[in-house]
Amino acid sequence: MEQESKPMKTEEQTKKRSITKTDVQQFLLRGRTFIALILVLVFFTSMSPQFISTANIVIMSKHVAIYALLAIGMTFVILTGGIDLSVGSIVGLTAMIAGGLINEGIIIPQLGVILYPHTWMVIVISLAVGTFMGTISGWVITRFNVAPFIATLGMLYVARGMAGLRNNGYTFANLVGRPEYGNTGFELLGAGSFLGINYSIWIMIVFALIAYFVSSRLPFGRHVYSIGGNEDTADLSGVRVNRTKIIVYSISGFCSAMVGLVIASQLVASHPMTGDTYELTAIAAVVLGGTSLAGGRGSVGGTIIGAFVIGVLTDGLVMLGVSSFWQNVIKGIVIVLAVIIDQVQQRMQERIALQEQQEIK
Amino acid sequence: MPEGTQVTNSKTNAAPKVNGDIILEARNITKIFPGTLALDDVSFDVRKGKVNVLIGENGAGKSTLMKILVGVEKPTNGKILLDGEEITLNSTLDAARLGIGIIFQELNLCANMSVVDNVFLAREICQNGVINRKEQREQAEELIERLGQDISPDALVGDLRIGQQQIIEIAKALAQDARILIMDEPTSALSFTEVEVLFKVINELKARGVAIIYISHKLEEILQIGDHVTILRDGKKVTEAETQNINIPWMIEEMVGRNPAALFTRKERPLGDVLLKVEGLTLPRAGGGYLLDHVSFELREGEILGFYGLMGAGRTDLVDALAGARPLATGNIWLDGKPVLGTSVAERIEAGFVLVPEDRQRYGLVEPLSVLDNMLLSSLKNYLKGFFLARSKEKTAVEKQIKDLSIRVANPQQPITALSGGNQQKVVVAKGLLTHPKVLLLDEPTRGIDVGAKSEIFEIMNQMAEQKYGVIFISSEIKEVLAMSDRILVMTKGVITGEFSHQNATEEGLVVASALDSPLEWRKEIWNRKVNQ
Repeated sequence: MEQESKPMKTEEQTKKRSITKTDVQQFLLRGRTFIALILVLVFFTSMSPQFISTANIVIMSKHVAIYALLAIGMTFVILTGGIDLSVGSIVGLTAMIAGGLINEGIIIPQLGVILYPHTWMVIVISLAVGTFMGTISGWVITRFNVAPFIATLGMLYVARGMAGLRNNGYTFANLVGRPEYGNTGFELLGAGSFLGINYSIWIMIVFALIAYFVSSRLPFGRHVYSIGGNEDTADLSGVRVNRTKIIVYSISGFCSAMVGLVIASQLVASHPMTGDTYELTAIAAVVLGGTSLAGGRGSVGGTIIGAFVIGVLTDGLVMLGVSSFWQNVIKGIVIVLAVIIDQVQQRMQERIALQEQQEIK
Repeated sequence: MPEGTQVTNSKTNAAPKVNGDIILEARNITKIFPGTLALDDVSFDVRKGKVNVLIGENGAGKSTLMKILVGVEKPTNGKILLDGEEITLNSTLDAARLGIGIIFQELNLCANMSVVDNVFLAREICQNGVINRKEQREQAEELIERLGQDISPDALVGDLRIGQQQIIEIAKALAQDARILIMDEPTSALSFTEVEVLFKVINELKARGVAIIYISHKLEEILQIGDHVTILRDGKKVTEAETQNINIPWMIEEMVGRNPAALFTRKERPLGDVLLKVEGLTLPRAGGGYLLDHVSFELREGEILGFYGLMGAGRTDLVDALAGARPLATGNIWLDGKPVLGTSVAERIEAGFVLVPEDRQRYGLVEPLSVLDNMLLSSLKNYLKGFFLARSKEKTAVEKQIKDLSIRVANPQQPITALSGGNQQKVVVAKGLLTHPKVLLLDEPTRGIDVGAKSEIFEIMNQMAEQKYGVIFISSEIKEVLAMSDRILVMTKGVITGEFSHQNATEEGLVVASALDSPLEWRKEIWNRKVNQ
């Protein structure tokens, strides 16, 4: 056995030395999103010195945090080979739920009383509603074998409609609560900071770390990847495919609810159209981060970088005074380009693997 | 009915003398799929510490029986007893909990995940709910070493050779520590040395009292490793025996049966010039190796050339490559003495190739469309009048085909799904014929259709051959290939391992050639047979 393995190793070493050029190419292609992020940062800084100012960075990272939170949930969904189009609407719905709880409370007509839940309860209830909406999507997908695109498209309309219904299309304004009801402090979630860093950014960091841990270290994460890679195999191996899928959509709903709360708190108001089309930005961030829409391939880390690229690009273009029409054109090109490069990298990887095998032969 | 471990019940007196303890027992299993009887009252005993072999031809019901034993399929009738107690299996998870593991015939791995992650999928080793990566890695390394391999546990499974993937599949099953381990064709992609290592591992498992169910088409292998052989044919149990009492010819005889059904008649006819010449047709496999390994052959005008082989032997890849559906294929093809240069399906149809694909539902038909629309799909441009489709031309062409092939359909506008399987298949053939081909590639044209429709399809094949078409005919049903072909080529692992004329082809010869591993072996074998004759 020993004798057999030794020559293999030396062969590998020589190979490593000989294909350094492809190694470099591979490295550049793999780190492409990160390189793109640096390029974007350098470009905007050189174009406009204020770009790198503290004030701008604070604003930018708040935006990035929102995209990143949505994209984290979306990453799990897309890793299973699904898609969640309802996240933007769930953002709107949960913002309206939170706003309603603070301004109107829970009316119990039988007793003739109005309950004003504590701010913490508001947050918990809103998160629970968002998670529940995601669970429904997952249940419809698995129970009735509905395509994720359709099920979540339905949820997109339902949740947005419910957001409008909550206050007949009107905004809940001035969500500061009243000291006598004990429900003040909601605005802190958006405005407060710890160690000089805004809460929303802390939330993003915590969510990202948890998501990274869950995806890479827990059995659940493996199951997510295996479903995206080969659902039949996962099933035959004993993975509880349906349960895993439902959880994945629940996670996405939970992340959306978190974003709904953050936005409502930052604006100190909730509007039924909050989060409109955010699902597209979230998908774009995930794809930019190197996650395959076919499922099974990608990472939370990539998604975070993808969210940064999208966020920085958007804000940078705004700062430079580029028209919003051109912004859309540029963003569109960047997203498609990212996927093209992804395909190039994959084909190259396959070619290298094929080469290596032929060399061994 | 409760029962001891000893077989005393009069109902089971069919079981032969008990050799080792029976741990798992499938009793009177019947499985009906829509339209077919996959298993017909089959009983199968699994003995502890033995290699229990199950053999039979393609479609004999082996894989179905295994799927029932691991809970993937449910039997229509019959029961499964583990340690004498009846069990119900609803999923592989249930089976795994009871200690029944399986290595599936088709590789069941996630190509996007690493070796370790695949080995422990759904059975992750956890500490406080978190995957213990170190422990998993160590165990995976140990397993891989036990299988005599040098594969990194962190390698992506998709990057491995197909043989290495099969090793990982085996490692995955071993990691379960099963009491009963089912191996469905575990060696189909393994090299000689890898098979030796596997056999060593099997012997270790036997010594530990693990019951092994072993399915293979390689009969020499079975004599080498098996203890007890059960033979299935057409969903029925034919016989069982101890391996020390049997030999290969006996196994083939029992598998094939002694009823040479003269169902299908071939008409003798003169062959014309060489119509198709294929030289060095090669198709690389994604995981390394070849699906088609430099395949060369000729086809004459008016010839029906049969291709026999086991599943995955490369027959489908061959006709797909000829039809232009495999853009990665390389090699030289001449049709009527002229080189065929186009590589796309459309260009190949133009050149005169037409494929009737194996999977009729998926590749042969567009289900929401009508009979007429399906039939004309490949040749629409022949029915144009200016920019528009001329309904009258379409109708005439379709009605002629319906008459010629005697397709039973009330009205060409009927949805294709309203037709029986046999008639659907005839529509697919008609679609091909309307492109005015020279070479007909028929991939399992008789799969899933009843006997009457089969003989009609064969009648069409005869007609085509008489009209000087070249017909390439793939079938996994050995009797069909023997009855219909002017000449038969046998494939194994992308290589042609046998050539038989209609006169000298026998079932035994085809079975032997299809189970040969390397060209060297088959040359030897064929030479031996010639000498013996």
